[in-house]
Amino acid sequence: MRALVWIIEDTWEATVTEAAVFLPRDADITLLHVASTEAETLATAARHGLLGRQPPAHAAAEPLRAISDQAAQQLLAEAHTRLGRPATLQARRGRVEHEVVAAAASMDILVLARDGDRARLGPRSLGPTARFVVDHAPCRILLIWPDVAPALTTIPPPRLPPPRPPTR
Amino acid sequence: MADALALALALVVLAATLGVAVARPPYLSEALAACGGAILLVIVGAVGLSAAGAAVRDLGPTVGFLAAMLLIAEGCRREGLFDAVGAVMARGAGASPRRLLAFAFVIAAAVTAVLSLDATIVLLTPVVFATAARMCTHAKPHVYACAHLANSASLLLPVSNLTNLLAFHAIKLSFTRFAALMVLPTIAAVGVEWVAFRHFFAVDLQRPRKAGTRPARPELPRFAVAVLALTLAGFALSSVVGIQPVWFAAAGAGAITVPALIRRAATPLELVRGTEPGFLTFVLGLGVIVQAASGNGLDTAVRAVLPTSGSLPDLLAIAGLSAILANLVNNLPATLMLVPVTAAAGTGPVLATLIGVNVGPNLTYVGSLATLLWRRVLHTEDTDVELGEFLRLGALTVPAGLVAATVLLWLALQA
Repeated sequence: MRALVWIIEDTWEATVTEAAVFLPRDADITLLHVASTEAETLATAARHGLLGRQPPAHAAAEPLRAISDQAAQQLLAEAHTRLGRPATLQARRGRVEHEVVAAAASMDILVLARDGDRARLGPRSLGPTARFVVDHAPCRILLIWPDVAPALTTIPPPRLPPPRPPTR
Repeated sequence: MADALALALALVVLAATLGVAVARPPYLSEALAACGGAILLVIVGAVGLSAAGAAVRDLGPTVGFLAAMLLIAEGCRREGLFDAVGAVMARGAGASPRRLLAFAFVIAAAVTAVLSLDATIVLLTPVVFATAARMCTHAKPHVYACAHLANSASLLLPVSNLTNLLAFHAIKLSFTRFAALMVLPTIAAVGVEWVAFRHFFAVDLQRPRKAGTRPARPELPRFAVAVLALTLAGFALSSVVGIQPVWFAAAGAGAITVPALIRRAATPLELVRGTEPGFLTFVLGLGVIVQAASGNGLDTAVRAVLPTSGSLPDLLAIAGLSAILANLVNNLPATLMLVPVTAAAGTGPVLATLIGVNVGPNLTYVGSLATLLWRRVLHTEDTDVELGEFLRLGALTVPAGLVAATVLLWLALQA
């Protein structure tokens, strides 16, 4: 079984722990981190807004990319240690949801964590990124709660149907 | 040359120069385009040689002031001030992205006010990005904060923005009086940004991070901080001792630069590059081009459109119109067009203009619709940033920021 474990910064520990518990021993695991290039683009775009200034050599976009690559490698290494099993490490860059779906294309199962509101059960527990991945993943999915799942009481009570008009 | 024809030609040259500055073709620098355009306008007689010379002489001290401030900012980077600031942020933020945003706000506002918006965009933004990456949190809100505050917090001091320097030169206002009138508007503009950011990025900011190892207490470079403090003290005392602020800037630039030259931490060529001669030339060329347009009827048109009294509705109208113009043609040309008119109308109108041209550019994030659209055309596949997102953030912060800042300016003027 080829399993893809997509980790993000704030929930990677829980994701890796659950993957270690629920994936079969013989699973061929790939740990995936996707660095969003959004912030880098924003930083560069702001510089272009400064009309007439030549970007100084030490402030080019490359250092930003190096910083983001290094952070991704470090995260993957820490996740690998926590997993405690052989795994392939994969670092991608770009638009996160598309990269995850692309990486999942050759997999049997994708493990990911909810990335939205963790206080109550419901559709908002998936943020836009995980929502896209869940909707588009071309394989099975193991979707985990990063901490303990909220109680059933967080589901709002069903609304009463509107009163019917009196019939004659 | 007939006025209408000269005006049309000047506007075409201005548009072409801005086009070059936005598109940045590899074969033509914006400085060359601006100077070429200015010379062309002199040759065809759209602007007289003496008027062009007067425009350059008038801009000279402001451009010199800017060069000195750029040298001070570059010196601070060399001395390690920005790395130390990154360590302060990381240590203060601990595991909370919300606290990191608070630190980014305070530091970006301080760097912008003291060292100008260029320093925030060029020198501080990479540091904030790296701090967020090391903290394993999404860098986007913090990078946005730098870009927005580079505009919003640039109201405070004459040195915070080139637009302020241009206006400061045009009106007779002391450094401290300028700061005293602009402190409330700055707080208002930054406060609006804070509320909007907390709302806009609520999901990104709510996730607490696991606390890593606490970074060591950073060593602030004492020398750079001392030079900055003394330069600021000089600015504050400039009107008391009767010395122009530009000389304190020059002294600060010398103080932070000469030791680096002596111990060979910087080469003369690097220092010359640090003052961005291309940019300074671009400003001078742009000044002559705008002078050609203004002298041939643009200033009459501006005067006809822009209200000139110091009443609150008029100040609000001035700030709003300035913001719109700054987004259409970028804030530098907008300032060159508007300040001569509003400076004649008094302190209130010219400071309201500054609120418009400084806070306004956040509406289109990079300060100009042209820049924005051009970048979209160039990078049709480059869809990793939602155009709608920064327009929404701009729509959330700019109108409220403009109104709040202008109302407080009006109040400050009543005192």
